[in-house]
Parts: sequence; C-alpha cells; structure tokens
Amino acid sequence: MKYLSLAIATLSTLLLQSAVAIELKFAPPDFETDYGMPYLFTPQPDGRNTPWEALILFGALSATTWMVFKARSRRGLFAISVFSLLFFGFYRQGCICPVGSTQNVMAAVFLPNVGISWIIVAFFVLPLLFSLFFGRVFCASVCPLGAMQELVAIAPIRISPALERVLGLGKYLYLGLATLGVATGSGFFICRYDPFVRIYRMADNYSMLIAAALILLIGVFIARPYCRFLCPYGVLLGWMSRFSKHHLEIPPSPCVECRLCEDSCPYNAIDMPTPQHLVGDPAEGKRRVRKLLFLSPLFILLGALGGYMMYEPLSHMNPTVSLSERIAKEDRKLVQESILESETFRVEGKTAAELHTESLAIKEQFKIGSALLGAFMALIISIKLVELSVVKKRTIYEPHKETCFSCGRCYPYCPVEEGA
Amino acid sequence: MSERKKLDRRDFMRTAAAFSFTGATWMAVGQKAEAKYWQLDPAKCTQCGRCTTHCVLNPSAVKCLNQFDICGYCDLCFGYLQPGSRDLDTGAENQLCPTAAIERKFIEAPYYEYKIHEDKCIGCAKCVKACLVFGNGSFYLQIRQDICINCNECSIAKSCPSDCFSEVPESDPYMYLTGDTYLAHPPA
Repeated sequence: MKYLSLAIATLSTLLLQSAVAIELKFAPPDFETDYGMPYLFTPQPDGRNTPWEALILFGALSATTWMVFKARSRRGLFAISVFSLLFFGFYRQGCICPVGSTQNVMAAVFLPNVGISWIIVAFFVLPLLFSLFFGRVFCASVCPLGAMQELVAIAPIRISPALERVLGLGKYLYLGLATLGVATGSGFFICRYDPFVRIYRMADNYSMLIAAALILLIGVFIARPYCRFLCPYGVLLGWMSRFSKHHLEIPPSPCVECRLCEDSCPYNAIDMPTPQHLVGDPAEGKRRVRKLLFLSPLFILLGALGGYMMYEPLSHMNPTVSLSERIAKEDRKLVQESILESETFRVEGKTAAELHTESLAIKEQFKIGSALLGAFMALIISIKLVELSVVKKRTIYEPHKETCFSCGRCYPYCPVEEGA
Repeated sequence: MSERKKLDRRDFMRTAAAFSFTGATWMAVGQKAEAKYWQLDPAKCTQCGRCTTHCVLNPSAVKCLNQFDICGYCDLCFGYLQPGSRDLDTGAENQLCPTAAIERKFIEAPYYEYKIHEDKCIGCAKCVKACLVFGNGSFYLQIRQDICINCNECSIAKSCPSDCFSEVPESDPYMYLTGDTYLAHPPA
C-alpha cells in the first residue's frame, strides 16, 4: 500500500513536470528564506463592447428617428451628432463601429473557425433594420464617422450630379475590395484605412492622420466626402433605405413647389420635379432601356474578365502572397537587402516551396474573387445606367431614398407648416 | 382596394426581409458567439520590437511579464544587464531596459528577483530576447487586456512578422508561457 501511494506520487510528479514543456537552463532556485513568488499581474479586459453599448446604439437610433419624423429638428439631430462624436467616437475610440462590423460579419460567413460576438452582430444589424423602416437615420447623427464630417461641413458647395454619380461608384468598389480582403483572409481594410478613428485615438501613423485631416478639410466644402464616395457600409444602408417603409419628407404637409429647398441639400439627394425636356418620347425611352438590359449581360461578362485580369496585383494585398514574392526576389538576388518579414520567415524554418504552394492556393481564391468583383462593379454600373434612362415623372421635391442621409438640412428651408 | 393590398404585401415583404436577414446573420455567426480579445502567443514571438511602435496606443498595450516559476533568479541576468557591463549592479548604465522598467531586488545569496514595472514597460522585448538566449526565458510579452482598446483590426497584428497574434475568448484572455495559470492569480 505504501509502495502504491509512492508510485502514484512519483507518476503524478512526472506528469506534472511534463505539462511544463519549457527546458530550463538554470534550475529554479531552492530558497532557504521564506520568500514567496509574486503573482503575475494579468488583469481582465475592462468590458468593451458590452450589451450596454448596443443598447445605447439602439437608443441613439431611436432618438434620431424621433428627431427626423416627429420633432423635425435639425438642431436636435445636430445635438445627437455631437453626442455620437463624443460617445461612439472619443469615448469608445471608434471600436467597434457598424461600418467596421461589416467585416466581422463577412469573416464569420466566409472564413472557417472565425467567430463573432452577438454585440458585433447587433452593431451590424441594428442600423440596417432602422434603415429598412425609417431610412438612413444611422447616417444622420449616430455614425461616429459621419458625425465628424457633418460637424465640419460648414460651407458646403454642390457638385454636379454627374460627378456625384461617378465618384459615388467608389463606395461600391471599396465594399467589393473589402469583401475580397476579408474572404481571402488578407485583413480588415475598412479599419486599416479608416481615417477618422485615428483622430479619436490621436495616435497611429502620421500618413493616416494627414489623410484624415485632408478629408476633413475637403469636407468643409464638399460635405461628407467619405460617406458619399467611400463608405462601404453606406452601400448596404442605401439598399435598405431604398425600400424603407417611412422616410424623411421635406415638407410636413403637401409640397407647394416653392423651390426654396432646391439648393439646401449639399449631397445632391433631393430629386427635383422632372423637367419638361426630359419627359421625351416614352417609346424612345423604352427602347433605350431594352437596349441597356440586352447589353448588360455582355457588360457584366466583360467586367468579370477585367476583374480576372486584375487578380495578380490584387493578390498582393494578402501578406502570404507578398511575402512569397519577396522571398522569391531575394533568393534570385533581385533585391539586395532583406526586410524584417523575410528574416523572420527564414528563422522560422518553413521552406520557400511550402510558402509558394500556400501563396498559389490564395491566388486561386483571388482569381475567383477578382472576377466576381469585376462582375459586381459592372452590374452596379449597368443598374445605374438603367436607372438614369428611366425617367420617373415627379411633380414635387422629394429626398432620394437611397442617398439621403436624413440629416435634416432641408427642414429649415421648407416654409410649409404642419397640417397646412 | 388593390392599392391597399399592394401596400400590405410590401409591408409583409419588408418585415419578412428584416426577419430573414437578422435570422440569417444570426445563424451564420451565432454558434461561435463569445467576445474576443487580441493576444500574442509567446511561443511564436520573435522579439522583433514592432509591438513598441505599431500599437495605436503610446506607450504600447503590450507589456513584458516575468513568470517567476521559470525565472532562475540569476545574479548575472541577461535580461536585466547590458551585455559587457562591468558591475552586476543597478547602475543605469548597466541596465538593458531602455526605460529602466525592471527592478532588481536581492532575495538571498545568490538569488535576485526581477520585477517589471508595467507602467514603465514599452514592450520592446529586449529583455525577452536576451533572457531567451542566455537564460530560462521567463520574460515574455503579453497584451495587457485592461489597457488594450481591442481594435477591430489589431494594428500590431497586421504588421507582426511571425504572425503570433490571434483573438482569444474573454474567459481566457492571456497566453501564459507554460499554459500554467496558477501563478497568475492569488488563491481565492
């Protein structure tokens, strides 16, 4: 019995020792005094992304909705903007924001073994649901990126609708590229190139801070440049808002067509009554739309082909691919000096051939992804062209549901009173 | 009447879309739902020093820990002393740490305790590297979870050459060197 317990004790000691896999060059000391080893100081996370923050997001969205529909107060919306800037921006330091959460959702969908907490899901879904019922109230005054731009838009000028449309394609491209980046495991590009979060943290590299300052400077005159031309989440919000049940209306009662709001919107988001010269021959219009619809599959195919041809440069956004190319260059003595990444790779003991195989597999993903990206862009352009060709007969001034940020800048311009 | 009906159908579609959209997102992501925090794996770390400069915080949220049950309590500590220093003492010119964040304390002959003051530590990993070469390797970097603001894309992770950053669950937010956590917390 004594031997048995001794054997068990020895065995358990052996097992315990094998759990510590570190080979010690110096034996841990045998203290003669009653010295006790200090504990490691490893405090727990201080509770970021708590349910409270999702609740505050819900509250801010509800308050904005009330301001847009019931109070119809531009000042109220401005006040909520300031709150969002302080709370979602400076207090929460911009993370997690619904714009960035798009990537977490995409990662959870595309990549295996990538999880997402339900708070992030809430941050992604809540603004979209509000958008589906009330228009883009999130953009109006809840988004920390939009709030900062809204506050600096002091002397906005209007750019021509044609330029607006062309530049506006940028956000679809950004969304496509970000999706490609996430789906191939290359990184979260929306966060990496988000200029405003740098201001909230007052840190990070100078080039991004300068970019942020530039965008804000442009934003004084061309209001909300990021939202209009780059924001990838805005694309999703716009799609939802297009089918929204309720949406901001410029006059609280029937429009009197006084034309006072005509120049009020710096975002080109007010649709004017259709000018007479545009209402041409309906048969002509129908023919044009038919032609466009007939040509669009060809155009999409061309887009896919164009995208496919871009896969090589696009694949360099993936760190494995770019490292593999770098190693190949160094091995062939095309570059003299080595970089930290390649030095680390060489001490880690993986062979260049293994890395190359990995890189080839990722490039295969990029072939499909780039073709899809090209097709997506062509599809968007064809839809926009068809939209332009369909002349809707409009007799009043109304906000364009997809692009209107519900910021309420047009409210003070409208002389129509409630119930008039 | 037909107008009324059409609107109802639209409402129905909208509600259905909202539900299916939320449901689909939930289904796609819901099973693995736990809050995640960035952490670095000390076994993969190559002490390149980028943790100091690439964190969005200044000083970095990455700090060095000394795991005392691995530490040799050496008099000649390579993590503490500048290589080739003449005296084994606490003179500033002898210290390897650029911010003098390590405190050397005599315990009993010939043992010294090396305690890291994390408010001074900038996560440069100089001590980690030196201790790994000559000593037991008890120094290692970890992200201090109460300092880290948990960016959606960790700025250090994207530039880490040895790819040692990953997201860990909230319940176990540190990667201890030995996988041994008994030294992490005082007994309750």
